[in-house]
Amino acid sequence: MIRAQGLTKRYGDFTAVDSIDFAVRRGESFGLLGPNGAGKSTTMRMIAATTRRSSGELEILGKDPNRSGPEIRAHLGVVPQEGNLDTELTCAENLYIYGRYFGLARGYLKLKVEELLAFAQLEEKRDVKVDELSGGMKRRLTIARALVNEPEVLLLDEPTTGLDPQARHILWDRLFRLREQGVTLVTTTHFMDEAEQLCERLMVMDRGRIMAEGSPQQLIREHSTREVLELRFGSQRNAEVAAAIADVGSYQEALPDRILVYAEDGEQALREILSRGFDPLTSLVRRSSLEDVFLRLTGRTLVDE
Amino acid sequence: MSGSSAWHVAEARLRNMWKWKRAIIFYGLGGPLLYLTSIGLGVGALVDQHNGAAGMQGVPYLMFLAPALLAAASIQGAQDEVTFPTLAGFIWSKLFFAQAATSLSPRQIANGVLIASAVRAVFTTITYWLVLRVFGAVDTASALPLILSGLLAGMCFATVMLWVAAHVKNDDGFFAIVGRFVITPMFLFSGTFYPLQPLPLSVQWIGWLSPLWHATEIGRALSFGAGVHAQLFAVHVAFLALMGSAGLLLAHRQFERRLTA
Repeated sequence: MIRAQGLTKRYGDFTAVDSIDFAVRRGESFGLLGPNGAGKSTTMRMIAATTRRSSGELEILGKDPNRSGPEIRAHLGVVPQEGNLDTELTCAENLYIYGRYFGLARGYLKLKVEELLAFAQLEEKRDVKVDELSGGMKRRLTIARALVNEPEVLLLDEPTTGLDPQARHILWDRLFRLREQGVTLVTTTHFMDEAEQLCERLMVMDRGRIMAEGSPQQLIREHSTREVLELRFGSQRNAEVAAAIADVGSYQEALPDRILVYAEDGEQALREILSRGFDPLTSLVRRSSLEDVFLRLTGRTLVDE
Repeated sequence: MSGSSAWHVAEARLRNMWKWKRAIIFYGLGGPLLYLTSIGLGVGALVDQHNGAAGMQGVPYLMFLAPALLAAASIQGAQDEVTFPTLAGFIWSKLFFAQAATSLSPRQIANGVLIASAVRAVFTTITYWLVLRVFGAVDTASALPLILSGLLAGMCFATVMLWVAAHVKNDDGFFAIVGRFVITPMFLFSGTFYPLQPLPLSVQWIGWLSPLWHATEIGRALSFGAGVHAQLFAVHVAFLALMGSAGLLLAHRQFERRLTA
């Protein structure tokens, strides 16, 4: 479906995407994970055939976007990070007009608009102006809009950023349905749980480069331990304690607010630390997540808090 | 399935313009009514009294004025329909970026905006001509030459404004600058109210560069046979053709740049 080799995008002296290679198969749900500024959105816009690459090779649906942009875009659905619905139009009008941009027939669109409103659970908002919708509804409408041309690939740039938990779950549910229908999904996110929920295969990006690639489970297995022990000793003591327990577990990360001890058995690591006379304010054993993978690979957390 | 065309963009623009139909009709009728009453009748009476039977280039002042006013209104209407949607498309609503994600090309998006502005220009010029006719300022035979020269002025200016507006990143003061430093001087120094020739060269050049002057001269020559040299007439046509195509070419390039960056 999508194949990139040495894909690069430069803006002046700044290299947003630095010679990356990847491929996405038909029907797959592929994710680009990384912090803000990692180059995810730029990569996404190149896949969407809206941003021209600076160098490297890129093939989407067997075609080169530099030469066949409109033909490629005819088979893509794009959900941009920045909402660009037409706020002066109603939900139904937005879907209809967007379909017209693809040159789709009026008769086809009349039926398709109703079908998409049902899919987005916005039938009751059919004739309401976009201005009056909640954030979650706008995002669902944007996804519905991206489906108007029955795309083979749906590109989602940070689909749930800024949404409350309930709205996120409704959205994920809709995306699951699309996956079941065989639509290829490419999603960028800086949320771990979203990546784990939505993506079968992930590419971890940082500073324009690919740090690792694989399924969420695979990434955790390769780049982290089975369990993680989180300890808090208070911000003054964390660094000092971290030095003293450096031999417990496979490795540690000392963050400003807590120490993470990576171990196959978190409880056992905790017992060992307690037996040395350290007395954490709080302790928590949990399973490793993609957040830990990212921290291990880049030395930084995904969401800067 | 890549059956996208500029017409689909124009269709969306016209749908949006339809929501503003009252304002558009109000300006379309209000402009000519105000100008013709105050300047046409008021100043016209004074000029005609002074010039007697000789008139202005051999015709009543209002007839002399008609091609210029009509072209000016066409320019104003067309430029409204080009600059507002372009600033909205790139900055406010980002609509152009949504369109660019479909099978539309940047060039088709630019053309769609122009087509819609041409529809507005057609409406403006026809309305203006009808008001002129009601005022008795022009005869029926003047319809085609006046409407065509007006459209020419509007669309040439529109392509250039499309190019200019496509550069704007921060709209602070954009409309004030265009209004004060482009539209108003052009309106005043394009031989609108009197022939360009008596003006000193230090301001006459504004007219030479103004699509309004060139279109007005064409309109005057065709509607009441104002004495324009054949070669000069060709220069007027060539100037407008050149300006329109250059504006279009540059606008296409800028749309492509900005929508594929």
